[in-house]
Amino acid sequence: MGEIMSRISKSVLAAAVAAVSLGAVASPAFAQRDPAYAAARAAGQVGERMDGYLGIVVAETPDLRRIVNDINIKRRAVYSERAKANNATIEEYALTAGCQAILATEPGEKYQAPDGSWQTRTAAAPLRDPRCP
Amino acid sequence: MDYGKSTWRVAAIMLATAALGGCITVNAPEEPIVIELNVNIRQEVIYRLAEDAGNTIEENADIF
Repeated sequence: MGEIMSRISKSVLAAAVAAVSLGAVASPAFAQRDPAYAAARAAGQVGERMDGYLGIVVAETPDLRRIVNDINIKRRAVYSERAKANNATIEEYALTAGCQAILATEPGEKYQAPDGSWQTRTAAAPLRDPRCP
Repeated sequence: MDYGKSTWRVAAIMLATAALGGCITVNAPEEPIVIELNVNIRQEVIYRLAEDAGNTIEENADIF
């Protein structure tokens, strides 16, 4: 996350936090994925990382980087808020969400195994960190 | 003369023994030292947060 955060200015982060807050007010729950994100996900170009953030699976392109950064800024804002509410660190909360997000992947989607490799989800249970519930 | 020689010999042996006895041998570990990512995050913490994290993912389906 460090390399991503360092590239993102605080103002962009603040804007993202504001956008997430506004979004939460405007559309309370069960909003749909952005079409570009949904397409990249279905195509296996992006996948769920172990640490709770989205990763690029294939060769990086500016479009993929934009999609992934956008999602990860929003995720970090949510993790930050929920971690605080649960007296946990962002990393702890993000790792837990990563466990759940990998479990929730659908067959054909990509996820990161504990050894760091990208795997394609099958009907079988995903390979997860032994600490995952 | 003989007395002096043996004194030196005894002294030299004692010194050598003391030096050897004071040696501390440090061996490098055979296994490489691996620092595991997030090793400080304990399983019990993850279990405590699991339900909340699951709800968070459902409620923010657009970014998960």
